[in-house]
Amino acid sequence: MIAREHILHKVRTALGHSAGRAAAPPPPARLRIPAWEFGERWKRFAAALEKLGGKAVLAAGAAAARQYVATLTGGRPAVASAAPALAAWGITSLPGVRSEFRDDAELRSACASADFGITTAEYALADTGSLALWASPEQTRLISVLPPVHVALVPASGLITGLDELLTLVPRPLENSSALVLVTGPSRTADIEQILVRGVHGPGEIHVIVVEEREERS
Amino acid sequence: MTNQPLVRIRETLGDARLQEAIYAATGRLIEHRRQVVAPEALPDYQELREQARRIKEHTLENLDAYLEQFEAEVRARGGEVVWARDGAEVADFLVELGRRSGARLIVKSKSMTAEEIGLRERLEAQHFEVVETDLGEYIIQLAHERPYHIVAPALHKTRYEVGEIFSQKLGVPRENEPERQTRIARAVLRQKFLAADIGITGANFLVADCGAVVLVENEGNARLTTSAPRIHVAVAGIEKLVPRAQDLAVFLKLLGRSATGQPLTVYTSILSGPRRAGERDGPEQFYVVLLDNGRTRVLAERDKRETLYCIRCGACANHCPVYRRIGGHNYPWVYSGPIGQIASPQFQGLTQDPWLPFASSLCGACAEVCPVKIEIPRLLLELRAEVVKARTRERQNRWERAAFRLWAWVMTRPRVYEALSLAAGLLASEEAGPNWLRRLPALLNAGPLRAWLDYRDLPLPGRSFRQLWRRRTAKVRE
Amino acid sequence: MPLGYNFSFMPARVSLFVTCLVDQFFPRVGLAMAEVLERLGYRVEFPEAQTCCGQPAFNTGYREEARCVARHFLSVFADADYIVAPSGSCTSMIACHYEELFRRDPAALSEVRRLKPRLWEFSQFLLQVAGVEDVGARLPAVVTYHDSCHALRELGIREGPRRLLARVRELQLREMPAGAECCGFGGTFSVKFPEISASMVRAKIEAIRQTGADYVVSVDVSCLMQIQGALNRAGLPVGTLHLAEVLARQ
Ligand code: SF4
Repeated sequence: MIAREHILHKVRTALGHSAGRAAAPPPPARLRIPAWEFGERWKRFAAALEKLGGKAVLAAGAAAARQYVATLTGGRPAVASAAPALAAWGITSLPGVRSEFRDDAELRSACASADFGITTAEYALADTGSLALWASPEQTRLISVLPPVHVALVPASGLITGLDELLTLVPRPLENSSALVLVTGPSRTADIEQILVRGVHGPGEIHVIVVEEREERS
Repeated sequence: MTNQPLVRIRETLGDARLQEAIYAATGRLIEHRRQVVAPEALPDYQELREQARRIKEHTLENLDAYLEQFEAEVRARGGEVVWARDGAEVADFLVELGRRSGARLIVKSKSMTAEEIGLRERLEAQHFEVVETDLGEYIIQLAHERPYHIVAPALHKTRYEVGEIFSQKLGVPRENEPERQTRIARAVLRQKFLAADIGITGANFLVADCGAVVLVENEGNARLTTSAPRIHVAVAGIEKLVPRAQDLAVFLKLLGRSATGQPLTVYTSILSGPRRAGERDGPEQFYVVLLDNGRTRVLAERDKRETLYCIRCGACANHCPVYRRIGGHNYPWVYSGPIGQIASPQFQGLTQDPWLPFASSLCGACAEVCPVKIEIPRLLLELRAEVVKARTRERQNRWERAAFRLWAWVMTRPRVYEALSLAAGLLASEEAGPNWLRRLPALLNAGPLRAWLDYRDLPLPGRSFRQLWRRRTAKVRE
Repeated sequence: MPLGYNFSFMPARVSLFVTCLVDQFFPRVGLAMAEVLERLGYRVEFPEAQTCCGQPAFNTGYREEARCVARHFLSVFADADYIVAPSGSCTSMIACHYEELFRRDPAALSEVRRLKPRLWEFSQFLLQVAGVEDVGARLPAVVTYHDSCHALRELGIREGPRRLLARVRELQLREMPAGAECCGFGGTFSVKFPEISASMVRAKIEAIRQTGADYVVSVDVSCLMQIQGALNRAGLPVGTLHLAEVLARQ
């Protein structure tokens, strides 16, 4: 408490303010949203992500998405989040995929040993090839960071132009979640002689499947 | 000027391998940045810089209000804000927190603010195990060094040195491939993440309107540091605030591009408060330590306040011809490069390293690339003037001062100036334009003349322009 | 109508500020500048009371001494029509730093503001006031242009000198690698930190060597002094010329 008052006092003295003064209005926020059709957004997203060494897939419907994930994981251990879409798209019922856990500790150790972490993402950002992931009761933080491969499924409606659009849609991003993470490509480092190495602490491989919501004909 | 720094600088300049390494590494960073800020890639780059600077200026001018707003927003999300006047207070808080929560192992992601206050060392002295998790920083920790660069702490280490450090400190077989070295670090550090009690991070930004700590990184270590341990503590300088989450659109675009040439870094974590009800991981306790440590002092200096706009991208160092030669360890404080040259004198005291603001050719490459447009050369000049004032009584400085007094006296008296120039011209031939001198007689070969002549030939004054001009006008009249 | 003539058909008057370095060491640069300007029809004057702009003291932190010299400069050039200087660095000292220097001296400050619009670096004057690109020069040589830092970053001079050089007959311009990097002069920096300065100029002359140029051209003699001093020391057969010297050749 002493430190608080002391620092605030010094700040005010430095600025010549008295206590309780409200902030002057900030300069208007600068957000620019380009008018890109879905085709353009997809093209840019795929180009940006692949440039970083990630894989971008456009799936025509849930069946195609499920097929892609099934081929990729090939029955090896995977942890999927409890996001309703993953169940709806049939991802959680693929062989090797677990999405239910007794308790938090089990979930955590499953994440630490799985080969794949499968999540949804609310949004994908076309201009940078990024994903926007919120922590939630269904979707924990560690699923997308501990396993060596991250697979993310995004509804086509979530493919937006970029950061500016994201922050326009969600100006206050932490109202219902403790964490928003933007993921842009696989984990990487260039700390040793600036040689690029993928997969340092996070996943070295990332697959983003943009799922077009078509009528499923079964 | 004390000679110690100069001796060390000379050593660095004489180390051909190191010279090559620094120059090549910074050269690559320059090239990466150039590509992503080029008009084709980012047409509104200059507007973004303008906006970033405006926002920083506004935030600092209203810092008291934003600090309070930030605090309230963090609390509203179940987190706590701790205020610390200096490094000791940060350490006291953490030690107390560690004891209270029975913590032993602390993982840490890269933070210049933590470096600034020697936080790791302070906690180690209190018997905590503190592990750096950024690969570069981990190497530096094992080597017992300090970061070579704001963004790339192990910029100066070769893979062979890293192989040596890993095999010695970790007892692993010698491995010289960065790919395999990274695997080794991943395996060791993964265990630390999962076992750690506390995760300490810095903050690239603090967002007032949502009480958020923003962390920017490529490896994933900051994500793990903030997600795996049950306690997260972010240590941040009070100047890190921005008003709104929406302002991140501007700063994130600039930071990654300026630092490493990335439109966005791989991970950007925007965090506030402990895990919410129902969330199954993430910290149970969330603290933000707001650090002063001299910042309010700089804030009070209107002319130099912009030093606090810095977003620690390191671009100024990469583009600095001096940094690119003397490297990061010849700067007296943790902040190296041009930003270190303006920050250190203000934080550490002017007379601590009076040579620092002078070690610049004032070429302006730093200001040209700074994403928040800090006028570094102007501040260097300002600090030079302050150093000169502060050192009036020192012997060496007395000579210099006398020389400049005399110079100013001459330069304001055209007659005297001309007489002296005539005298100097007697040394030279009739020719217009200089003869070049390789060496001077030993007696004259001292001080600045010698410093020049050690490396370059020196032009000799000949007939001055004014003499030739008079002759010319006379001829025209004839 | 010849360019140097104003509407009253009186030749416009240009006052040279040759800078102390040109006056003492490189008088040919001043003469060349005068020649080019006279050829364009200007009436060229040399106010004899001029000395220095004050930059050496300012850059070393001696503001009071710099102010004395700057005041002297202001009084010498108080009623000049155009002031033209063969130096980006000195021009930027006056145009960009005098205001800083006199921020607590309103009288001097208004003097500075009155003078500023009349002050021109040589290449800028040719292009923006005289409106010429081709001054009729001829130099059969390969040259490379060195961007001096203050001209480039404080005055934004980049394309101008290159455009002027492009019009010089028989001249071939070749860009050097990393051309925007500082030569390492930096005034007193070059003698306070001679080793760093020398390392910088070594890189510069290596870049120059790679172009195979006969001459390095710049708009600042201070850089050229550093570069020529290092070229000589390294025994490289490359000369240095100020832009004015190139443009004066016929
Ligand atoms: S001073 Fe500017 S360029 Fe240097 S680190 Fe700070 S923000 Fe980056």
